Amino acid sequence: MTEPRFTEEQVLRYARHIFLPQLGAEGQGRLADGSVLVIGAGGLGSPVAMYLAAAGVGRIGLLDFDKVDVTNLQRQLLHDTDDVGRPKVESGRERLLDLNPTIEVVAHDTPLTSQNAFQIFEPYDVIVDGTDNFPVRYLANDASQILGKPLVYGSIYQFEGQASVFLPGREHPCYRCLFPEPPPPGTVPSCAEAGVLGVLPGIVGSIQATEAIKLVAGIGEPLAGRLLLLDALAMEFRTMNLRWDPACPVCGEEPSVTELIDYEAFCGLTPGEAPPEAERAPEVAS
Amino acid sequence: MISVKLPTLLRGHAGGRPEVQSEGGSLGELLENLERRYPGLTDGLRDGRGLRRHVNVYVNGEDVRYTGGLDTSLGEGDTVMILPAVAGG
Repeated sequence: MTEPRFTEEQVLRYARHIFLPQLGAEGQGRLADGSVLVIGAGGLGSPVAMYLAAAGVGRIGLLDFDKVDVTNLQRQLLHDTDDVGRPKVESGRERLLDLNPTIEVVAHDTPLTSQNAFQIFEPYDVIVDGTDNFPVRYLANDASQILGKPLVYGSIYQFEGQASVFLPGREHPCYRCLFPEPPPPGTVPSCAEAGVLGVLPGIVGSIQATEAIKLVAGIGEPLAGRLLLLDALAMEFRTMNLRWDPACPVCGEEPSVTELIDYEAFCGLTPGEAPPEAERAPEVAS
Repeated sequence: MISVKLPTLLRGHAGGRPEVQSEGGSLGELLENLERRYPGLTDGLRDGRGLRRHVNVYVNGEDVRYTGGLDTSLGEGDTVMILPAVAGG
């Protein structure tokens, strides 16, 4: 146990955490020693990264290759009107350091690929999936499972949200246990095509932030083996039990996927060819 | 009657309804009946092999992949939920 080395200012900053018997100064110390990679500095990534920064997670990685677009501002609270046209990770990093200058924020201004995923994931304790497309979701899942890192999943569509935690190792279901294969390209419209309620990623992202904080601090029961579903129109939450699939190609008894594959091809997209808008929509991540 | 909860993605095929009622002794039969009543509703859910693998169907909270897939038997009062993968973020 590392002795917390908080300054007087930090003790005040985190006082409401430190007062929590479940967290205390020790838990706050684990947050300060912890690191989380947030994939996507968009709708989900915004609340995730902001709450992690405010909570004092010591090192936050922010990954996105996109620039801020005016259509993002309806929900992506990391970015201001003046940030339109700037790289998302740049405006996001600024926002996070404004919130909490005592943490470290690493900007990864790049797409996540099978070539760079291991290297980018390696230095982080927990990975948060806030991306907007199927290839990166499968890539993030496989890379997390292979490296043995917990992945905090969230996904949204119009008024509906999903969240779960995919722990590494056998007997914990992963994203592929939940959805073994992606839908055919173009059959699931993106937020850009179908619209999304601006506050929805705020709710789902806050749930992801809660789970990431719990994992880093080592408290509570993670949302693992369960899928939380939200219907914001009806304002109904429900939880489905997930099963580990012994035949899962990544976390099953005899895994066939032991290294990263071509996820665009896996999702039915021709490598090098621009995917259909429904799969791409970079401005949505977004 | 069997209640079927529809995801937003499919509600357009059912006049925007979040939930519809239908009948069937098995999940396959239920989907056939739904398709007759709401053409196009179940098109994307099945292929030659059965249920597509990006769609989960739960009967009373149980994933039908572990209860017989389309052959899962249904009874009066059962609740079916259809959950497709979505990727927005």
